[in-house]
Amino acid sequence: MITKRIIPCLDVKDGRVVKGVNFLGLSDVSSPVELGKYYSDNGADELVFYDITASAEGRKLFTDILCEVARTIFIPLTVGGGINTIEDFDRVLKCGADKVSVNSGAIKNPELVKEAAQKYGDQCVVLSCDIKRVDGAFRIFAKGGRENTGLEAIEWIKRCVGMGAGEIVVNSIDTDGVKKGFDIEMLRAVCDAVNVPVIASGGAGKTEDFITLFKTLPKVDAGLAASIFHFKEVEIPKLKEELSENGINVRK
Amino acid sequence: MIAVIDYGVGNLYSLKSSFDSIGAKITVTGDEKEIRKASKIVLPGVGAFKDAAFKLKECGLDKVIKEEANSGKPLLGICLGMQLLFEKSYEYGIHEGLALIPGSIKPMAGVIPPELKIPHIGWNALHFPKGKGKSPIFKYVNEGECVYFVHSYYAANCDDYIFATAEYGEEITAEVQNKNIFGCQFHPEKSGETGLKILKAFCELGDLL
Repeated sequence: MITKRIIPCLDVKDGRVVKGVNFLGLSDVSSPVELGKYYSDNGADELVFYDITASAEGRKLFTDILCEVARTIFIPLTVGGGINTIEDFDRVLKCGADKVSVNSGAIKNPELVKEAAQKYGDQCVVLSCDIKRVDGAFRIFAKGGRENTGLEAIEWIKRCVGMGAGEIVVNSIDTDGVKKGFDIEMLRAVCDAVNVPVIASGGAGKTEDFITLFKTLPKVDAGLAASIFHFKEVEIPKLKEELSENGINVRK
Repeated sequence: MIAVIDYGVGNLYSLKSSFDSIGAKITVTGDEKEIRKASKIVLPGVGAFKDAAFKLKECGLDKVIKEEANSGKPLLGICLGMQLLFEKSYEYGIHEGLALIPGSIKPMAGVIPPELKIPHIGWNALHFPKGKGKSPIFKYVNEGECVYFVHSYYAANCDDYIFATAEYGEEITAEVQNKNIFGCQFHPEKSGETGLKILKAFCELGDLL
C-alpha cells in the first residue's frame, strides 16, 4: 500500500536556509545541502526547496546548490519559488529536481501549467496554492499571501488539474503559523474536488495534528511543514512511529 | 564500465549521481562503441512509450541493446526503460518494444479500484512473490522496504518474470528479471538507501564495480 508522505520544506535565500534552524551535529545549520541530507537520513519522504531570493545572482546560486543537493540526496526533490516560465522549469529539472511547484507564475499565466505538463508530464507539475477565507469563500492569494487575487480556490484548482497539474499543495493562510492543526475544512473541499495527490500545509504544531489529518482525510497524501521540523518540535522518525501505531501506513 | 544510455529521453543527473555515490564507474552515452564495450547497460527513460521507442530506433540503439543483452550482458531498465524491455505497449495505441521479456505494458486504469489515483506516485513496499528466489539485484534488500514509484502503466502477462510487486489496489509489477535482463518500474535513484543498495547489487553482478 502506498505510504503517506512527510515532507519538510526548506526556504532558501541567497544560498542559505532561512528561519533559524537549530540542529545538533550539523556543522553548518543553514546549508541546504547539510540540512537536506539530515532530513533524508532521518525519514523525510521528499524535500521541498523554496527559493525566496529575488535577485538574479541569488537565483544562480540557488541552482548551483540544487545541483549539489541532487548529487548527494536520493529522494524526490520538489523545487518552487520564482517559477514563471518553461525555461525556469528546465533550469531546475536539469539540476536534478523531480517536480516543480508553481504558484504566482501560474496565476499570472495559467497556460504555464498546461505547457509544462505537456512537456514534462503531469507528475512533474505541482500547483501550490495559498488560500484564505474571505467572507466565507476560499480565495487564492498571490505574492506570498499578501494579495487577494479574487480567484475562487476550488474552481482555480480544478481548472489547473484540468490543464495537467499533477499534485496540489494546499497552504491555508488561516491556519499557517497558528500551530493548532491543519485546515481540515479547506483540505476536505479540495480532496472532494480533485483526484490528484493533495499535500496539506499550514498549521501543524504537533504529532497529533498529523494523525488527525490522515485519519480524518484519508485522501490527503502528504503533510508538509517547515519550522516544527527545523526546531525539532516534531522529529520525523518519532512522528512516523506514532503514525504507524495509529494505523497510518508510512515508510520506515 | 557501465553504460547509461542517453537517447534524449529524460534527465539523467540523479541517476548518474547515484551511481557516482556508490563508487561505480559509469559513462552516460549514446555511442554504439561505448555501449558494446561496457560491462553492463542501464536503460533509463521517462515520458511516453511511443516517443522513447521511436528515439531508440532512430539512433539505431534498439538493435545494439538487444544484441548486447542477448549475448548475456547485464541490462537494467528503469521505469519507462523497464517498460521498453517488453514486447509491446498499449499506451496511446499499440507500440513495439525491445521484446527482451515476454509480456506487455497496459494501463493501470480499469485494473485498480477507481478511487485510487493515477499515476501511482509515492513510496510503496516491495513484495517478493512466494516460491521464487530473490532476484540478485535485491541481494541487499528485504521484503517490505519501500521504493519510489511514478507511473500510470504497468507490465502485464509476465508472471514468470515478476520478482517483486507493490500493492496498489492490485499487486502491480515492481521488478522483473529474465536471466541477465532486469527491469525496475520504480526509480532506484530516488529510493534513498534502498535504491542505492539495488544499484550496488546490479553493479556487482559478475563481480564488477
